[in-house]
Amino acid sequence: MSGWTVARLVARTKESDTARTLHLQVPGWPGHLAGQHIDVRLTADDGYQAVRSYSLSAPADGDQVAISVQPAPYGEVSPYLVEEFPEGADIEVRGPLGGWFVWRPDRTEPVLLVAGGSGVAPLVAMLRARLALPDGPAFRLVYSLRRPQERWFGDSLDALDGRSDVAVDYAYTREAAPGATRPVGRVRQEDLLIDGFTPAQRPLCFVCGPTAFVEHCADILVALGHRPDRVRTERFG
Amino acid sequence: MAALTPGFRARRRAPGDRLPPGQFTTEGFPVLSAGPTPVVGTDRWELTLTTETGDRRSWTWSRLMALPQDDLTTDLHCVTRWSKFDTRWGGVSLDVLLEGVDTHATYAWIESYGGYTTNLPLADLRDGKAWIAHTYDGRPLPAEHGGPARLLVPHLYLWKSAKWISGIQLRLTDQQGFWESLGYHDYGDPWREQRTWGD
Repeated sequence: MSGWTVARLVARTKESDTARTLHLQVPGWPGHLAGQHIDVRLTADDGYQAVRSYSLSAPADGDQVAISVQPAPYGEVSPYLVEEFPEGADIEVRGPLGGWFVWRPDRTEPVLLVAGGSGVAPLVAMLRARLALPDGPAFRLVYSLRRPQERWFGDSLDALDGRSDVAVDYAYTREAAPGATRPVGRVRQEDLLIDGFTPAQRPLCFVCGPTAFVEHCADILVALGHRPDRVRTERFG
Repeated sequence: MAALTPGFRARRRAPGDRLPPGQFTTEGFPVLSAGPTPVVGTDRWELTLTTETGDRRSWTWSRLMALPQDDLTTDLHCVTRWSKFDTRWGGVSLDVLLEGVDTHATYAWIESYGGYTTNLPLADLRDGKAWIAHTYDGRPLPAEHGGPARLLVPHLYLWKSAKWISGIQLRLTDQQGFWESLGYHDYGDPWREQRTWGD
């Protein structure tokens, strides 16, 4: 769909103390690829409009889609979406958008996902799309976040416990989870040098997060020997 | 129909005639790139201009810096909906590079270090509308923003302003570049909101 269409907020679920996932019902939704985003358009009583882009954080569930939002301090749109926008109310959306930072379920090579903070949203959409398949390539998510209580999608990620083909590693930068053995700190080369996902195995790498994080991690992946055209990036901030 | 975003209020209304439709202003300088940032030293940097007949001219870094230089202040508009006002750049006008070039081409195909490509009409590179920019806010352009040098075509969405530019091919026919072949608009005029195919 190329134009704007009206969607309804059917539920809002908690991802962390501050972040929320908005579940939107979009009549006629054509489906989307994991990693794509939508534009949302908000309208004030006086006709003023604001538009923002958000990654879709899950595969489509019929005509329902999900975006996950971290409220930005003093932000115009994100605090409204997280705290005020009432369930049952409408919002305009446009999409799905984006054709590069996507994972297609017919791909067969291993997939290495590297997330910084709320950059995990499109990567978890890819991971969930993989989990929807009975069989598929190995997936590994390296999830960098400040502290355990800031983790998003906890239930989905905890459900991976015991699996070896789809797994998650956490890289805490300020405060580690109890029992974690990795020293606290930013992502290092050894965090991204993972059996099954080395350059020799030619994985497809997706990196998403704040600009400085993406620059840092993409540089590590290239230095490890991954071909630059196998490293897809999405930056924000 | 239920209420549309009830209770939503403007918090950062921008001056009306400077902000294209659907954009918001940012004080930061976001980075949008499809892959890792290539590292290109000025010692091995080169820009090549090729015409439709195969005539080539090229500039090393020192030759580029020896050309007449422009300082300009302009607004930037990214298709991801941020606009940034009053950005300050230094660079060489494409009019300087195209001076005396014998061509009947109507399109330009832009290539970058790292493999990025984009396309635009040659007319959009002429008449003081485009630069090879190497300086941002008085300092060498950082690599993540396209340094050592990027194309700057501020009247089009910013994906046309190819970072890490390495070549300009003048062509008789149009061919879609990287984002253009992935769903983005062939021309990309922010004032007409030409974001994606069909806009």
